[in-house]
Amino acid sequence: MKATSDARVNTTRPALAARLAALEARDTLRFAMCGSVDDGKSTLLGRLLAESGMVPEDRLAQMVRDSKVHGTQNGRPDYSLLLDGLEAEREQGITIDVAWRYFGTDKRAFIVADCPGHAQYTRNMASGASTAELGIVLVDAHAGVLTQTRRHAAILALFGLRRVLFAVNKLDLIGYDEARYHAIEHECRELARGLGIEHADAIPVSAINADNLVVRSPRTPWYGGKPLLEYLETVPVERRLDAAFTLPVQWVNRPDHSFRGYAGTVAGGRVAPGDEIVVLPSGQRSRVARVVGGDHDLDAAAAGQAVTLTLADQIDVARGDVIADPARPPQVAAQFACHLLWLDDAPLLPGRRYLLKLATQVIGAQVTEIKHRIDPDTQAHLAATRLGANEIAYCNLSLDADIAFRPYREDRRLGGFILIDRETNATVGCGTLDFGLRRDTNVHWQELDVDRAARAKIKGQTPRCLWFTGLSGAGKSTIANLVERRLLAAGFHTILLDGDNVRHGLNRDLGFTDADRVENIRRVAEVAKLMLDAGLIVLVSFISPFRAERDMARDLIGEGGFMEVFVDAPLEVCEARDVKGLYAKARAGKIANFTGIGSPYEAPEAPEIHLHSDQESAADSAARVVRLLAS
Amino acid sequence: MNATRLQTHLDRLEAESIRILRETVAECAKPVLLYSIGKDSSVLLHLLLKAFYPARPPLPLLHIDTTWQFREMIEFRDRIARETGVDLRVYINEEGVRQGTDPIKDGAARHTDVMKTQALRQALAKYGFDAAIGGARRDEEVSRAKERVFSLRSAGQRWDPRKQRPEPWGLFNARLGAGETLRVFPISDWTELDVWLYIRREGIEVVPLYYAAVRPTFIRNDTLLVRDDDRVPLAPGEQLVPKRVRFRTLGGWPLTAAIESDAADLDAIVAEMLDTRQSERAGRVIDRDPTDSMERKKREGYF
Repeated sequence: MKATSDARVNTTRPALAARLAALEARDTLRFAMCGSVDDGKSTLLGRLLAESGMVPEDRLAQMVRDSKVHGTQNGRPDYSLLLDGLEAEREQGITIDVAWRYFGTDKRAFIVADCPGHAQYTRNMASGASTAELGIVLVDAHAGVLTQTRRHAAILALFGLRRVLFAVNKLDLIGYDEARYHAIEHECRELARGLGIEHADAIPVSAINADNLVVRSPRTPWYGGKPLLEYLETVPVERRLDAAFTLPVQWVNRPDHSFRGYAGTVAGGRVAPGDEIVVLPSGQRSRVARVVGGDHDLDAAAAGQAVTLTLADQIDVARGDVIADPARPPQVAAQFACHLLWLDDAPLLPGRRYLLKLATQVIGAQVTEIKHRIDPDTQAHLAATRLGANEIAYCNLSLDADIAFRPYREDRRLGGFILIDRETNATVGCGTLDFGLRRDTNVHWQELDVDRAARAKIKGQTPRCLWFTGLSGAGKSTIANLVERRLLAAGFHTILLDGDNVRHGLNRDLGFTDADRVENIRRVAEVAKLMLDAGLIVLVSFISPFRAERDMARDLIGEGGFMEVFVDAPLEVCEARDVKGLYAKARAGKIANFTGIGSPYEAPEAPEIHLHSDQESAADSAARVVRLLAS
Repeated sequence: MNATRLQTHLDRLEAESIRILRETVAECAKPVLLYSIGKDSSVLLHLLLKAFYPARPPLPLLHIDTTWQFREMIEFRDRIARETGVDLRVYINEEGVRQGTDPIKDGAARHTDVMKTQALRQALAKYGFDAAIGGARRDEEVSRAKERVFSLRSAGQRWDPRKQRPEPWGLFNARLGAGETLRVFPISDWTELDVWLYIRREGIEVVPLYYAAVRPTFIRNDTLLVRDDDRVPLAPGEQLVPKRVRFRTLGGWPLTAAIESDAADLDAIVAEMLDTRQSERAGRVIDRDPTDSMERKKREGYF
């Protein structure tokens, strides 16, 4: 396998040096390519790579071999096989995940997010579209603009793509008909306009026949534009050079006491030594002392550069803070209106607590309200109480504390976020911040002179929340009752909040869907917190099946004040007891979502006390709880 | 560096890789950088030194030594570690050595499994690393094209292509459950050409085996090999022939094919790359299984 050397012989050293200099000075175009296998997306991209001389011979040969086994072209070379990598998708004939492809010419290097087109994989478009500078939507000329075309364009628009190319493929199937093409082109431009995409372009192509991919095709003499590759080499890339300086701090660099630097990537604008800066969300001010890049100092740094800043003053800056131009700083807020794309198979439930990551900031978050779901095909607003995988909604979002941000349309890096599930650690959602809600500044906390400690003092006790959780029939209420009687007898001030009783009053408007269960627990936790503030010992007896909601209650009430009491008994035991006859009804299908039968119970992982009601008497259990409280 | 000019492709790749390295160190409890001595590792180490300058890299380097790497690689490794002052740890699967695992006798697949895949799992467990940074690139092989930058491995180091986390805006989620670990690939977006252009621009030192020189070669299974020691006896009909050769990738010497080449400096290497029509992994015996072999190996815990 001797490397071909013919071309090298003809390459003189100065010519080579010039070519290498050109390659080194190339810029990048990142584009997302959307369409389904039916549109011929993988074939188009595979063909583009092959035709532009980017695919090594051994890979081409392997593709030709594979075409005979897996191909869709009756044994003829199937260029889509150059792209489809995973076993499962070759077997199923679908593309199940974003594939990243790299190629380049002497003018530009291309980073391609090859996005799957099937509806159920909408979520995979997110990764590809989020960092793209250009979106390409494939349209099947034979089928015309489909629901799926509209969906792809809508998602590109949602992720802030300002320029979209419609590649109208399979021109061969419509006999290279000019009028038909122009009708489709017109429809595409209207679609883009309706979605607020500023620049829409279109090229007629046939991936199978390589028409208008690398050179203009003689079969479309009526097309006067550029072939696809030349278009990609020359399309203007929008880079905002006028943006205000921002740098999310990634890492505090402290090798010794003489150096304290803040490492991060400049998200926007430029920075130079001497510049005034503000640190957000704290609002502290200072000046830039040094801009360090690599192993030396820089005169200045601009958007996209990874640098380390040192400041003139000793101020407290940590990972997650944002260093910014004080003349045009990012906004600071804890409540937002946002667009959200749900990624996980388990639905989004308003009120459930997630973690949000935006730039380098990570913080507790919950969706407080789904304003409406957006139909990806018609853009119609639909009512929704939860959000399933691949669904998009307009929501209100509430964070545990202020963060620095910019609206997504101004700055993708400071406006795009992901949501992480606290239990599974999966990335379950992603979204774009539209604007901060000023609820924070309008609803002030009333400063109170008499506080929890003062109220507790006159009662001579430490306020605590005993949170009894467990299956229906496990014995929560029985034990909680005994505990309260013992406490009362010993002179403590208590209150017992029982699930059934609260549902008759405060929470009578709630049902048993997952969303309602979350709200049920949130309200009870808030009530318990008020009663703790009143100085009481609060006993809560609720099935509270979800770990995330119990964690929410724990967070709300505060570590130290919250004691989780797990009343544990096997499902068979609870079902055999069936004090209220509920298990029988659930088994008969008369109660939907019954915990332990139609809906899961997530056992506590580290409760403050774990009671086995099938192994000890309720009185013994109660005595153990009281002892724990006294300790 | 002039800050007002637009960033070039190489500038952007470099900045993103540095961001990924910093993010790994910021979010992971006990990260390690897997150093394989090859050109990609040389680039990674260069980026690592830049990312944390003036501090020394706040994480160790780990080399999985199969005991079959070229001697020049090991000399290079030890010298670079000395010169940069990084904390380099070397791990050898001693059980595999005791069993006398051998790439010729046992075959490429078994040797790789014992001395690389199992060795890596042992090393990660021994030190308790929760994130291993590697120099894999997505352009190397089809199944890598869908790899995440932060790639989740379940307990047992397995890779499930359906459980990978989306990474919009390069927002990486490094949270782990019990037994889970991460593989992190900071140069995912780089191509082989980018790697060489960057090495050339930055003046990064690489193992001399990448440069053409006259070396003792023999041919086995249609593969041009350079004999690095006498552990592999020549078969009847095989003979050592001095040839001007170099390597595009480096690994265990009986598993790494040389190419005939006159490219003795970086410009010549890049020129050869621009002309050559063979992919980089064509020379690796380990990849010559069916197309899906890399995906299978990854599911089993190969890097």
